[in-house]
Amino acid sequence: MKIAVCVNHVPDTETKIKINSDTISIDTNGVNFMLSPYDEFAVEEALRIKEKQNGDVTVISLGNDTHKETLRKALAMGVEKAVLLKSDGARDSFGIAFALAEELRQMAPDIILFGKQSIDYDDAQVGTLVAEMLNLPSVAVVVKLDVQNGKAICEREIEGGHEVVETKLPAVILAQKGLNEPRYPSLKGIMAAKSKPILEKPAVLAEMRVETIQLRKPPAKGAGKVVGTDKSAVPELIRLLHEEAKVI
Amino acid sequence: MKVLAFAEQRDNKFKKSAFETVKAARGIADQLGAEFVALVIGSGVAQVAADLGAYGATKVIVVDDPSHAQHSNTACAKVIATIATKEGATLIMLPASQMGKDLAPRVAVKLNAGLAADCVALKVQDGNVIATRPVFAGKAIIDVRVKTLTKVFTLRPNVFTAAASQGSAAIEKTSVALEPSDFGSVVKEVKVATGRPDVTEADIIVSGGRGLKGPENFYLIEQLADVLGAGVGASRAVVDAGWRPHDEQVGQTGKTVSPTMYVACAISGAVQHLAGMSSSKYIVAINKDKDAPIFQVADYGIVGDVFEILPELTSELKKTLGK
Ligand SMILES: Cc1cc2nc3c(=O)[nH]c(=O)nc-3n(C[C@H](O)[C@H](O)[C@H](O)COP(=O)(O)OP(=O)(O)OC[C@H]3O[C@@H](n4cnc5c(N)ncnc54)[C@H](O)[C@@H]3O)c2cc1C
Ligand SMILES: Nc1ncnc2c1ncn2[C@@H]1O[C@H](COP(=O)(O)O)[C@@H](O)[C@H]1O
Repeated sequence: MKIAVCVNHVPDTETKIKINSDTISIDTNGVNFMLSPYDEFAVEEALRIKEKQNGDVTVISLGNDTHKETLRKALAMGVEKAVLLKSDGARDSFGIAFALAEELRQMAPDIILFGKQSIDYDDAQVGTLVAEMLNLPSVAVVVKLDVQNGKAICEREIEGGHEVVETKLPAVILAQKGLNEPRYPSLKGIMAAKSKPILEKPAVLAEMRVETIQLRKPPAKGAGKVVGTDKSAVPELIRLLHEEAKVI
Repeated sequence: MKVLAFAEQRDNKFKKSAFETVKAARGIADQLGAEFVALVIGSGVAQVAADLGAYGATKVIVVDDPSHAQHSNTACAKVIATIATKEGATLIMLPASQMGKDLAPRVAVKLNAGLAADCVALKVQDGNVIATRPVFAGKAIIDVRVKTLTKVFTLRPNVFTAAASQGSAAIEKTSVALEPSDFGSVVKEVKVATGRPDVTEADIIVSGGRGLKGPENFYLIEQLADVLGAGVGASRAVVDAGWRPHDEQVGQTGKTVSPTMYVACAISGAVQHLAGMSSSKYIVAINKDKDAPIFQVADYGIVGDVFEILPELTSELKKTLGK
């Protein structure tokens, strides 16, 4: 079983976003970056499939040299091989997907895992774009995955329930929280990751299809009203919700 | 120019997001002076298709075929792209629902289009559609323009209005030939979770956090939710503790929600939680710590004990709402 996992390197969830004076990019000074949380579920799932059914796992990230840190995290968790598709400049989801698809076409894995979305631009596009570019089936927002006899049975989240989806392999799977509990890299894993090679190649990006006009902060909210400090405040709260906010 | 809206249905009932998408897409078509068509795909959907007339559709294309009884994203995307091409539609709009998010990238690739995903506002400026979408889990907002001739947009559920008005639609039935190989993945079964609305679709959400002290106390949240007809949400702390299921988690690694009212009970308001719910129209917070960050985004707050406030609020609301 040949497994590939695509991972993104994104600002830590604690990050306070500062926008550069160009008004189209964020200031990354002092920002900690990490393996995007959904991609971590994807890496963990790849390792579990490998451990159960044998096979090898390759992680791929597209970006500048800082993405090596995220690739090393995956290597420390137990992945064997890492590829960095180098790209320094501006890019969009379509461009990224195009470059990943080119690389994956050559690799021809049985399963390609993604996160359901990167937590930077929250696009939730790249995995399904790659699937379509490679003419492969895909299942998104997967919380349960069972790989057997050339097919995968997936449970995916939908509004108000779950769908059980059957797909043939090769297939693209997009991980959602709940799929598994990612392992912490062991000290041994972290040491071993240091000597695992990261293969570097230039990314073959496609032309951008979506242009950023402006990045801005959401309008700040004014301070709210403290209605009271015990249950005697309840009637007033209900009155406000009814008469002022008109939500009930 | 022509705008096409995909109207999602499940079990031959339209989702609210289908109405929202149709109405918003019709509005954009009018601003552009473009034609407008809605598309419905399913098995046995012909009867309901006319409902879209009340949301601005004057023409609805219906692909009604038993092969669509079980949803397949690959087959459905092919139908949408084929119809869009046949109609000469260059603006395609879908809901950013789980189904829409799954279809839009495929449709975009097939039509050589760029995709602006999960939009919360669309406007026409000098003949271009400018899409606004939250990024970094709502900590910033981006305005984008799709540069390709054909453009695909997905619209965040619960954000665009879906008020019905007078209007009727002409139904045009058509079919799209599909091969067995178009059904790469197929839904085998749908498991419906609870009777309560999903947090991404709910108009009101009542959410509980670690301050509830244990799963056994969540009945306080559920009772209030049921009086309000609301969905139940949770912080990650309680989901990770196993008190509540994953699909109730609101936040940066949970669901992003935009209800009319979000009631946060014993939730501190960590930055990752705020990320998922700060675009709610009204936020109510109940927390015993007056310095809890949740109060910085709340419109109305009670600084107090949930074990005292929640039963009172539920019973008072019951009276007010006549339940
Ligand atoms: C990578 C990453 C991703 C994350 N993603 C998410 C996410 O998607 N969603 C999310 O929610 N969190 C997320 N978190 C976790 C987040 O940082 C917080 O830990 C979490 O939101 C805290 O949950 P809480 O508010 O329920 O608990 P706490 O922070 O412990 O707050 C409990 C609150 O209850 C109040 N309280 C206690 N008793 C009472 C009482 N009797 N009456 C009234 N109030 C009371 C307290 O004053 C306190 O404010 C993420 C963290 C990381 C690192
Ligand atoms: N630069 C990247 N390199 C590798 N994988 C990526 C990159 N960006 C996104 N992905 C993958 O695509 C998924 C969806 O990303 P997005 O469409 O950006 O939300 C992520 O969870 C990753 O698995």
